[in-house]
Amino acid sequence: MNELEIKDLNAYYGDFLAVSQVNMDIPDKSITAFIGPSGCGKSTLLRTLNRMHEAVPGGRITGEVALEGQDLYGSGVDPVGVRRKVGMVFQKANPFPSMSIYENVIAGVRLRNKRISRKDADELVERSLRQANLWDEVHDRLQTPGGALSGGQQQRLCIARAVAVEPKVILLDEPCSALDPVSTLAIEQLLLELKERYTVVIVTHNMQQAARVSDQTAFFHADAEAWAELTRLEATLGDKSLPQGTRPPGRLVEYAPTDELFNNPRNKATADYLSGRFG
Amino acid sequence: MTQLDNQLAIPELQLDVPVVHEDQSVLKAQSRALIKDKVIAALFALAAVAIAIPLISLLWTVVSRGLARIDAEFFTSSMKGVVGAGGGALHAIVGTLEITGLTLLVSVPIGIAAAVFLTEYAAPGSRFASCVRFLVDVMTGIPSIVAGLFAYSLFSLVLGPAYRSGIAAALALSLLMLPVVIRSTEEVLLLVPHDLREAGWALGAEKHTVIWKVVLPAALPGVISGVLNGVARIIGETAPLLLVSGFADAMNYNPLEGRMASLPVYIYTQWQMKGLDAQAYDDRAWSAALVLIAVVAVLALAARLAPRLLKGKK
Repeated sequence: MNELEIKDLNAYYGDFLAVSQVNMDIPDKSITAFIGPSGCGKSTLLRTLNRMHEAVPGGRITGEVALEGQDLYGSGVDPVGVRRKVGMVFQKANPFPSMSIYENVIAGVRLRNKRISRKDADELVERSLRQANLWDEVHDRLQTPGGALSGGQQQRLCIARAVAVEPKVILLDEPCSALDPVSTLAIEQLLLELKERYTVVIVTHNMQQAARVSDQTAFFHADAEAWAELTRLEATLGDKSLPQGTRPPGRLVEYAPTDELFNNPRNKATADYLSGRFG
Repeated sequence: MTQLDNQLAIPELQLDVPVVHEDQSVLKAQSRALIKDKVIAALFALAAVAIAIPLISLLWTVVSRGLARIDAEFFTSSMKGVVGAGGGALHAIVGTLEITGLTLLVSVPIGIAAAVFLTEYAAPGSRFASCVRFLVDVMTGIPSIVAGLFAYSLFSLVLGPAYRSGIAAALALSLLMLPVVIRSTEEVLLLVPHDLREAGWALGAEKHTVIWKVVLPAALPGVISGVLNGVARIIGETAPLLLVSGFADAMNYNPLEGRMASLPVYIYTQWQMKGLDAQAYDDRAWSAALVLIAVVAVLALAARLAPRLLKGKK
């Protein structure tokens, strides 16, 4: 079953088209990796999946993103509600500095002004920290500040914070780019456990990481030549509505099961990127 | 090991070689430059000493003369019925505390709310926001007497020209304190990493909840030290208080009605309107000055320590 369905998605920053015409289906209880060179729009696309893209001034989209068949951008849909179903972990671990480890985990509940009994809160904290493989390391110091943990632990704390609100989907934006190899391995193992319960989408610069953890991989690329070709084609077809950017927008070049994409890429750009010829 | 030492020493030797063979004029020029450098450094040090002299002299004078009346009576009685020696400044201390407290009550919520608007809600480059910022800058430059006149005319329009009160003084002082609070709060809010806001939003929190529970707590130490700096700025203000709260010899606990003494005005009146026993008035003025300086020093220290103490606690 498809958890997320992206249809004809264009993402803009003001007038600048950052991502153009993405169509893809993301199956549930699996890991989907977005790879591609810098500036190819993979992070932007990720942020459209929980409407965080709108938090950037000028951020807007056209097209459709459906979660379990329901359009996240439909009229009357509250972006705040979307983010409760689609959680996010950022590139730089960002635990709340004024809160303890315990408070960080239940921050999602507290920030929604929901009441929770002490017993339920204790259970939620333990369950979430266990899901993030962090419980054994921190259970005896839950009241210490989250910022005192190591980088890798902080990132797992952020994952615990995200799973504590029980989302359907977890988005991760280059979660390991600031971590050492050991911490990276810990997060990768964690991701494999998380996909039992959640649909996971991860943006990564690290192709090996995508190959190691993901079930399917999407390769994005902002290719100037291909874009020029495409706009010429649209112009001859008489459609003048295709927006022009100063830079070519990122496009989904190839999307396939990870083994297939890495071993037998259909597109030349994909093959070039995977073999390190650019990016 | 020795090999390594040799290897390391080689570049150094090479560097030294040209200096050894330098001719005399270059060496002289170098020593002249060295002397010049030392003279200039000494001039800067002198300037640093020069600013310390008046400060130390001031502190010494206030402490040595002010200690004369730092006694129990000074802190427990007002000037009601006192014409010679004795009496105290309790009414002025209470007045200053009440007026300052009311000023905080007005300027802290409004100031923080305005700063939150400027940093969290105003679109970047918004005309309205830059207009507000400009007005805040202008407000910083309002002479305190003008703030006093503003409060005076506002209250006399409504309540008649003879109206004097602590609340009018608090209004005047709020005009002076608001820009300090807005500016310092805005600065610390800008220092809160954007990541934290996004982390809050990504958990499905409303914007105002993120501001209230994430951004402001992260900025709290800085906000507190900004507020304390603002208090230190207004607590010694005299001119607006002379206009709107006037001077009083007796205790007045009610800030809504009647003249209310305050420490700066107390100092002024003790010195300006001496009775027959001039020394007693002078002593009281110096002691009140000492109390005021001590309060400002404690506030300044607290403003410095607030961030560290709050961080240490957590």
